[in-house]
Amino acid sequence: HGALYLILSLFGAAGLFVLLSAEFLAAVQVLVYIGAIAILIIFAVMLTRSMTRLSEVFNRQWWLSALVAIGLFVLILVGVILPVFGSMDTASVAPNVATTVDLGVALVDGNQYVLPFEVASILLTAAMIGAIVIARDNE
Amino acid sequence: MVPLWMYLLVAAALFCIGAYGVLSRRNAVVILMSVELMLNAVNINLIAFWRYLTPQNMSGQAFAAFVFVIAAAEAAVGLAIIISVYRSRRSVVVEDVNLLKG
Repeated sequence: HGALYLILSLFGAAGLFVLLSAEFLAAVQVLVYIGAIAILIIFAVMLTRSMTRLSEVFNRQWWLSALVAIGLFVLILVGVILPVFGSMDTASVAPNVATTVDLGVALVDGNQYVLPFEVASILLTAAMIGAIVIARDNE
Repeated sequence: MVPLWMYLLVAAALFCIGAYGVLSRRNAVVILMSVELMLNAVNINLIAFWRYLTPQNMSGQAFAAFVFVIAAAEAAVGLAIIISVYRSRRSVVVEDVNLLKG
């Protein structure tokens, strides 16, 4: 069930991206995250099902992790978000936003982000080859 | 327009929920799902900052796109490792992968 709820929250994040005028990234989120990664996770859940009911879902230090997580959240909220950005008024949000065309130009422009773009493609190829090699059944 | 700190709040909450999941669950697949949730929260943060502070400059969206790429690559390799470990040890509980333990 956890994977299905993850899919739900990924859809929610895609909705947030649309609200923030990043429609291309919202589409990318739905396609890549939900269409590929969530499906991969569901496959992994199906393939590793020897224990259909774990004896203990949480490990031995779950209360400490809860404390750390809540402490981190409070720290981020009180220390960073509210003092620095709490007083930012919403009227100063610029109405003219760069569009998807600008993102496409930025990713292949020689002065902008073409180098990370190419490196990212090499990374994806390497990850794909690595995943296939790791998960292959050595007969 | 919603104030910026609300988006940051949502992103921080998602990040902390993901951190709690990574630190406290025993199933390796669930830990990987929590890591993806944390990366998602980071992306929300990036896009919110981009939209509110520098909507003309495409750095924010490009950065978020690269975070997507990294997350996808890491999810693929991580799940391959989990499946391989399951094949040899028959268990996805991370506490059972303790061959290096002294």
